[in-house]
Amino acid sequence: MATLEIRDLKVSVETDQGTKHILKGVDLSIEQGSIHAIMGPNGSGKSTLAYTIAGHPKYHVEGGSILLDGQDVLAMTVDARARAGLFLAMQYPVEIPGVTVTNFLRTAKTAIDGTAPAIRGWGKEVRESMEALRMDSTFAERNVNEGFSGGEKKRHEILQLELLKPKFAILDETDSGLDVDALKVVSEGVNRAHANSGLGVLLITHYTRILRYIHPDFVHVFVDGRIAEEGGPELADRLEDEGYDRYTGQAELNGTSVG
Amino acid sequence: MSAVTTENTAPTGSAPTETVQHGNKAHSDGGWDATQKGFIPVQTRSGRFKSTDPTEFPSVTGIEAEWKLSPVKLFRPLIDDALDGSTYEFSATDAAGATVEWVDRTDSRIGSTGTPEEKASANAWSTFDRALAITVTSDEHVDLTVARSALGSAARAGHTLVIAKPNSRATVVLQNSGSALLSENVEIIVEEGAQLTLVSVQEWDADAVHLASHFATVGRDARLKHIIVSLGGKVVRVNPSTHLISSGAEAELFGLYFADAGQHLEQRVYVEHVAEHTRSRVNYKGALNGDGAHTVWVGDVLIGPKAAGTDTYEQNRNLVLSEGTRADSIPNLEIETGDILGAGHASATGRFDDEQLFYLQARGITEREARRLVVLGFLSEIVQKVDAGALRDRLKIAIEAELAGVAA
Repeated sequence: MATLEIRDLKVSVETDQGTKHILKGVDLSIEQGSIHAIMGPNGSGKSTLAYTIAGHPKYHVEGGSILLDGQDVLAMTVDARARAGLFLAMQYPVEIPGVTVTNFLRTAKTAIDGTAPAIRGWGKEVRESMEALRMDSTFAERNVNEGFSGGEKKRHEILQLELLKPKFAILDETDSGLDVDALKVVSEGVNRAHANSGLGVLLITHYTRILRYIHPDFVHVFVDGRIAEEGGPELADRLEDEGYDRYTGQAELNGTSVG
Repeated sequence: MSAVTTENTAPTGSAPTETVQHGNKAHSDGGWDATQKGFIPVQTRSGRFKSTDPTEFPSVTGIEAEWKLSPVKLFRPLIDDALDGSTYEFSATDAAGATVEWVDRTDSRIGSTGTPEEKASANAWSTFDRALAITVTSDEHVDLTVARSALGSAARAGHTLVIAKPNSRATVVLQNSGSALLSENVEIIVEEGAQLTLVSVQEWDADAVHLASHFATVGRDARLKHIIVSLGGKVVRVNPSTHLISSGAEAELFGLYFADAGQHLEQRVYVEHVAEHTRSRVNYKGALNGDGAHTVWVGDVLIGPKAAGTDTYEQNRNLVLSEGTRADSIPNLEIETGDILGAGHASATGRFDDEQLFYLQARGITEREARRLVVLGFLSEIVQKVDAGALRDRLKIAIEAELAGVAA
């Protein structure tokens, strides 16, 4: 079983107002096959964690480490991380004009596996995954994310997750903007991938809603660039009742005492 | 693509200053400040001097608006010297319902679509011996390719007529390769109810120079799809002028170009809406790679006083793949009647969108492959407009070959 280990991760970004420190020492360990939910208020650094793991050039790692089975993820290029088994389902996937979904999926699968998939078996697999995600077959000939609705973009992300079979998937607010039907379909996709390939999941969300469909083994509450509290699924129930006020109040208090 | 835009930022500071509204700055090429500068803007696009006699044009200095973006010294002979106007070798695919033949320069159809507006065009017009006439009569769709590859490197003139008879249907491909030092005029007559796709493919040798003026008239309820693909040649300048002369006429003008180091690819597109209820779409896309790669796109649209109900949109997009390139992109729109359906234009020149590359790389695709996919995707919008399947596939391969020269 593979492990994704994040230790004392500190990350900053450059903004118009200068360097902004977002992650202030994150420790997190995920075993393959387990589901972790990261919950927290807006601006707490959840998405920064997701994009830093994937290697987006905007985020500067100031300290700490990310290890995938002992391998130094931070030393890898973005594409090497994907080939090593990491997958980021993005909150705002970009359009790639002129590149069809079919072409994109085949190119990505070939890159991940190091060899082109067998034509017949691959076509069938793509069709079946699309059907399971209730995606129309005409989807395959459309350009990547071009003119997709919010829900279509999320289904397309999960389609890739199912087909590329990573070891770990980071889902960055995949639930945001989805109606309940789409949320169910997308959640089923994640659960299938989890059941079929022993996927490890890092589910990043603001709301507890998606946790009705994807059941986490662990819940981490993210506040002001750190994990403020950790626990089992019961922690999510408590957040549902109480919200984040308790934590954000605490963060402000800390800020005052330090300052 | 990430567009390069010019933004005006309001000055900061406590002193009261004039605020500058975003987008309220004069176009660099629009002559909006003409009155302040004390000159009268150029005449309407249709009012330019025209003649088939090169001696009626003043000497070309290279600073004229018409020439200032072109490397004139590389094609002086085409402007000033005597040209070889003899017929040349060509090949044409067999197609029932279409003919290809040399016709005399006194043929009544010659000159029916337009008159040269610059000296090199007039030089060719005055010296060609016979014109190559491509005539389509079939109302069943016809595919025809006329290829020439042995024009040689001596300065020469050419004249081509492409005539789509009433209600005919055809795709005509003009395929250019080999060496050339050519100035030519191409007249395109799309008669009532005809639907013609004309594709002019420039895959010349690296030292070739090719100046072409295309003149098209589109008749009642007729449709012209005009596609320029310029990939090979030292200097390639293809300027299509299209006149929508009868009600219901429609023109779609597409262009695809890929300029490598030291290559100059230019296209000056002109669409004149003469009659009412006419429609035009212009979409040119180009990629530039390597030191001295230069592209020019000028898009003029004139909506004439009688062209009520006009619907027009033109755009140009350029993707810059390396340092040391230059893309000029100048859209112009003149409107002489207020009673139109719509008119607009857009232009953007930019580098790779980093977010597109990140998205592809995050799926395991290497940076080099990701760049290749993005460029192919960018250009494929135009390739998809080519309705001759074999040519479309060949163009994809030709663009892939161009991309082989792009550094990762």
